[in-house]
Amino acid sequence: MALVLTEEQSMLRDSARGLISDKAPVSHLRGLRDGKDATGFSRELWKTFAEMGFSGLLVPEQFGGSGLGCVEAGIVMEEIGRTLMPSPFLSTSVVAASAISRGGSEAQKAQHLPGISDGSLLAALAIDEGAKHRPLQTKLQAVRSGNGFKLSGDKAFVVDGHTADLLIVAARTAGSAGEKAGLTLFLVDPKAKGLAVERTAMVDSHNAARIVFDNVEVNADSVLGEVDQGSGLLGGVLNIGRGAVASEMVGLSEEVFGRTVTYLKERKQFGKAIGEFQALQHRAAQLYIEIEITRAAVLKALQALDADLDKAATAVAVAKARAGTTATLAVQEGVQMHGGMGMTDQFDIGFFMKRARVCQELFGDANFHADQLARGKGY
Amino acid sequence: MADLETFRVETRAWLEQNCPPEMRKPMTSDGDTFWGGRNAKFSSEAQRVWFERMRDKGWTVPHWPKEYGGGGLDGEEAKIVRQEMAAIGARQPLTSFGISMLGPALLKYGTDEQKKEHLPKITAGLIRWCQGYSEPNAGSDLASLQTRAESDGDHYIINGQKIWTSYANYADWIFCLVRTDPAAKKHDGISFILFDMTSKGVSTKPILLISGYSPFCETFFDNVRVPKAHVVGTVNRGWDVAKYLLQHERAMISGMGERGVGRPLGQIAADSVGADAQGKLDDAQLRSQIATFEVDEAALAAAAERAVDLAKAGQSHPAFSSAMKYYGTELNKRRYEILMSAGGIDALEWESERSRGGARPRAWLRTKANSIEGGTSEVMLGIVAKRILDLPGS
Ligand SMILES: Cc1cc2nc3c(=O)[nH]c(=O)nc-3n(C[C@H](O)[C@H](O)[C@H](O)COP(=O)(O)OP(=O)(O)OC[C@H]3O[C@@H](n4cnc5c(N)ncnc54)[C@H](O)[C@@H]3O)c2cc1C
Repeated sequence: MALVLTEEQSMLRDSARGLISDKAPVSHLRGLRDGKDATGFSRELWKTFAEMGFSGLLVPEQFGGSGLGCVEAGIVMEEIGRTLMPSPFLSTSVVAASAISRGGSEAQKAQHLPGISDGSLLAALAIDEGAKHRPLQTKLQAVRSGNGFKLSGDKAFVVDGHTADLLIVAARTAGSAGEKAGLTLFLVDPKAKGLAVERTAMVDSHNAARIVFDNVEVNADSVLGEVDQGSGLLGGVLNIGRGAVASEMVGLSEEVFGRTVTYLKERKQFGKAIGEFQALQHRAAQLYIEIEITRAAVLKALQALDADLDKAATAVAVAKARAGTTATLAVQEGVQMHGGMGMTDQFDIGFFMKRARVCQELFGDANFHADQLARGKGY
Repeated sequence: MADLETFRVETRAWLEQNCPPEMRKPMTSDGDTFWGGRNAKFSSEAQRVWFERMRDKGWTVPHWPKEYGGGGLDGEEAKIVRQEMAAIGARQPLTSFGISMLGPALLKYGTDEQKKEHLPKITAGLIRWCQGYSEPNAGSDLASLQTRAESDGDHYIINGQKIWTSYANYADWIFCLVRTDPAAKKHDGISFILFDMTSKGVSTKPILLISGYSPFCETFFDNVRVPKAHVVGTVNRGWDVAKYLLQHERAMISGMGERGVGRPLGQIAADSVGADAQGKLDDAQLRSQIATFEVDEAALAAAAERAVDLAKAGQSHPAFSSAMKYYGTELNKRRYEILMSAGGIDALEWESERSRGGARPRAWLRTKANSIEGGTSEVMLGIVAKRILDLPGS
């Protein structure tokens, strides 16, 4: 498949860009932050997202969605990255929708997917426990009890966890931390007894939560996929999420870069535009090249995810690692080349720096993914 | 789509049947490359068979028109041939500056006669070309070149000196930049001209490289008579042709290095560094350097694929090959720094049979030229800054 967008995909990009740049420029995020908004995103805008078919983008058509693929989800994520629009798109429409449509029973799909499509159901994946993303290190225990299970343990960095109507929780039903076997995914109602959600304000003013499970009871029907065999499903879903976050970082990097190049042409020192200094020209050129190469790697990964999820792991590791490194470089160069202006809160570029740091961590940073690649290649 | 699938299946079967097993092994020395030319010699029977079969099929240059000995394939088909060759590790049957540099320029700027005269000899490996661009005082600032071509009836008389002319001592013909109008501004008085290296007045003097090899020369022109009909494109507009050719040269250089074929770098390193029971490299720092390198290498491969697809879709920037050249050559240098570090003292032997005549250190040293030849990394960054990013100043 050619590594360029098709005509339909370009149209999707244009309509996503139109909506997002119009309704949710960076000032939208700034407003939510400054107003200490309790939701952390605009429910009204989310309704528009649903009306435009974005929220059900990955949901099969029989459940009210558009049945599109990861390339399309990546296109929307990239536009989100350009303005840093906070929304449940990643948590609900990408990660949860993939988990349920790929791992859910017919009953589970019928129960949850239509709500994701029409924007009425928000869902979040609870996976991380320690400071770093290590899915196989999952310790949260699910012990059999009567007809179901009891869940005990802690989750952190649950993206959109404080607004979710449904949690997808990775738990250990067998084996010990570090093992592949023995992981199980559960669909859990956040209002269940014994479950406590704490919204965690993060550096990037986006939403996340810490969640404590104290003997939370769930019945056997809430298992998503197979008991003890959840790591395959989880791995696939995480890879879809990684592809999406990598896309967000491409959008973010390109936006920061565009703003920086504009500044290089406008700002004058020593009687000329600072963009005339070769030291800055070469760094700008290097950054441009890094972004272009990362963009190709990310599109390659998204196409690989759509072609065969089970064979996409290497391409995804490459994409997420590259995107993390590139975004980090883009925001650092962006701030540096804006001088003192780049350090002010009043100026938008700091928002990009903060979001890049969070995206780098989300679903595994560049080191994690380089390590995955090395393991995959046997060294 | 179905047609392309059939084409892929047929291509795979044909390659399977026709590519000798010896031609599927990674190249280990200069002699493994077949350059063609009047004095060409095959280093093995397998090399001859492989070349002749590919030539007869038109696949020394699959995407050139059939009338010039190419395969007449479109972009998608040519990509399939490349992918299927890479899948079995098939070597290029013929490597030449005619294919990667002159050919594209002739296809765009050449007259019918020039195309008919030169292209078939390139695809058939009959004529080997060299590139006469750089001069002692015209390197990065190539347009300041001084080699003169003075009009004499329907001939030019060429005088001057080129330098760094790769394989000039083996080449049959040269494509050369000469000044045809000394009064014009520096970019406006240059012409692009072709001539036979056996012409009277042409001489070459090899230069020894740090790798111990001598692949390039000083090239001297002393009253060389060349028919005016050998100018490609318009007289005094040779800079356009030169730049167009450089785009292709840069794309070619960015693809150098044995990307993704053969054993993963981490496993090669394990041979000398050692690994634990799970195969994990004993040197943690080196392991992470290699992993990061392989991430970048895979990303570059995607970018190279995308560059071709963008060009086909008419969405590429003409200066983008400079971006790829910069990244590809810097990456190839990184690869060889890693290989040297992984090889430790074993990689320092220069002459022994055990080291195949110091193949690794010589290859390592050769890669240092990648970011110089075809335009330096600094020049590439300057082109990206000005032509793509439109940053001010000249
Ligand atoms: C292995 C090899 C094969 C070659 N083969 C050929 C061939 O077949 N035919 C041919 O014609 N030529 C060939 N070349 C020559 C090559 O194109 C030149 O070496 C190259 O263009 C650089 O020119 P120079 O060597 O004069 O370096 P210089 O131009 O003198 O550069 C010296 C240093 O200054 C830097 N520099 C120069 N200008 C600028 C600037 N504006 N801004 C910032 N930095 C700058 C350069 O990047 C470099 O680091 C070959 C070179 C090599 C190494």
